[in-house]
Amino acid sequence: MIPVKFDYLAPTSVEEALSALGEHGDEAKILAGGQSLLPVLRMRLNAPEVVIDLGGISSLRGIRDDGDAIVIGAMTTHHDVRDHELVKEHVLLISKAAAEVADSQIRHRGTFGGALAHADPAGDLGAPALALGAQFVIAGAGGTRTVEADDFFVDLFETAIGDDEILTEVRIPKHTGWGAHYEKFVRVAHQWPIVAVAATVKGSIDEAKIGLTNMGSTPLRARATEAALAGASATEDGVRAAAEQAAEGTNPPSDLNGAADYRQHLARVLTGRAVLKAAGV
Amino acid sequence: MTKIELTVDGAAVSDDVEPRMLLVQYLREKLGKTGTVIGCDTSNCGACTVHLDGTSVKSCNVLAVQASGRTVTTIEGLADTAEGDLHPVQEAFRECHGLQCGFCTPGMVMQAVDLLGENPNPTEEEVRLGMEGNLCRCTGYHNIVKSVLHAAETQGAKA
Ligand SMILES: Cc1cc2nc3c(=O)[nH]c(=O)nc-3n(C[C@H](O)[C@H](O)[C@H](O)COP(=O)(O)OP(=O)(O)OC[C@H]3O[C@@H](n4cnc5c(N)ncnc54)[C@H](O)[C@@H]3O)c2cc1C
Ligand code: FES
Ligand code: FES
Repeated sequence: MIPVKFDYLAPTSVEEALSALGEHGDEAKILAGGQSLLPVLRMRLNAPEVVIDLGGISSLRGIRDDGDAIVIGAMTTHHDVRDHELVKEHVLLISKAAAEVADSQIRHRGTFGGALAHADPAGDLGAPALALGAQFVIAGAGGTRTVEADDFFVDLFETAIGDDEILTEVRIPKHTGWGAHYEKFVRVAHQWPIVAVAATVKGSIDEAKIGLTNMGSTPLRARATEAALAGASATEDGVRAAAEQAAEGTNPPSDLNGAADYRQHLARVLTGRAVLKAAGV
Repeated sequence: MTKIELTVDGAAVSDDVEPRMLLVQYLREKLGKTGTVIGCDTSNCGACTVHLDGTSVKSCNVLAVQASGRTVTTIEGLADTAEGDLHPVQEAFRECHGLQCGFCTPGMVMQAVDLLGENPNPTEEEVRLGMEGNLCRCTGYHNIVKSVLHAAETQGAKA
């Protein structure tokens, strides 16, 4: 199927894009890589009158070192995020998760900001961004504001980004030297995760940060497991015991891929695997 | 209508298109490049894979207007047809029986070319992972993987 007719705007600056958004309001939709939006338009689940393509705004693309954080431009593709040296050195968990998004062709088009703005609870980048304490830089008519990861994810497909705002970049505090692993459970290749776990650990183990994918309407932290792991030694038995608490406080969906209690079981098993691999055990 | 100008298989083209027109539709319906096929409605199958500025994309999930100012290579522009040659990856698919009905083949070949560009000497596992966005309903994939590995060898031998 093809989308319903729309007008197409291709601004070349964030200011221009914001004024187009301001002018067209509810009738407009932002287009980033299009890898989630175009399927939605083709299935006619949404029919905006105006599509505003951010593809021509070069300032939104790229990755830079900003002292205590790595800053990823919203329009940087999954492919470029995965392979970037700064990402691998300082926020390895992001590289590991970006490598697991969809397939090669989609990673060439889909963007870091687009995936986070889309906020699919099964999306692979929310949990690592949450675990690492990312900060989201959002531009609007009144200027720019920064939202903490804990406040960014609001609900299914809903974030702190307003209708008249644009996510411009994401700042991720450096976790240099931390081990990392993204453990994704799928039925077939190149699919959305049934459940996935993003884990990053300092030493073995001084501190652990764990994000859960598809265990609720937003990405979640496995706080009880994090607390149990802090200062623990990275033995297989110790990590698996701590991972028993990974599903505490989660509220996963039940669907054709699995019932909620099955997902909670997966969260415990996958957390154990992710932490052990992150710690290099 | 929006004006687009791009290069497709080496030739400069320009057109007025509806913004909602998909790149795959543009290639097939406006340019007659029916070598690029449509196999699904969900951007899962990879049959429509082409190269946009040198990297593989699913052309059913890109708007024609998004390709304006850029370079597209389809399966029809891969080989030096004036010479009557096949591209080494096409040659390898023929050699290793990497196809049965052939419907997935244009996408498989385009993705394999991208994969080998990034990783000229892949392991079998790297081939399987790198081709994960392309589905085949006939071969069971074994001969496709063999074809890609064979292409890597023959390309390596040529270089
Ligand atoms: C077959 C297939 C399989 C996939 N598998 C996975 C998977 O396994 N894991 C996974 O995580 N993802 C998967 N994806 C989705 C992919 O990651 C998308 O790239 C991503 O979800 C959206 O990014 P995009 O740049 O393409 O955004 P778009 O599709 O262009 O936009 C998505 C939404 O976000 C909004 N938006 C985009 N950018 C901004 C911005 N800067 N500011 C404000 N709003 C914005 C848009 O208006 C739109 O509503 C898959 C997609 C397909 C087609
Ligand atoms: S037709 Fe494009 S992925 Fe199936
Ligand atoms: S050869 Fe028939 S789909 Fe692949």
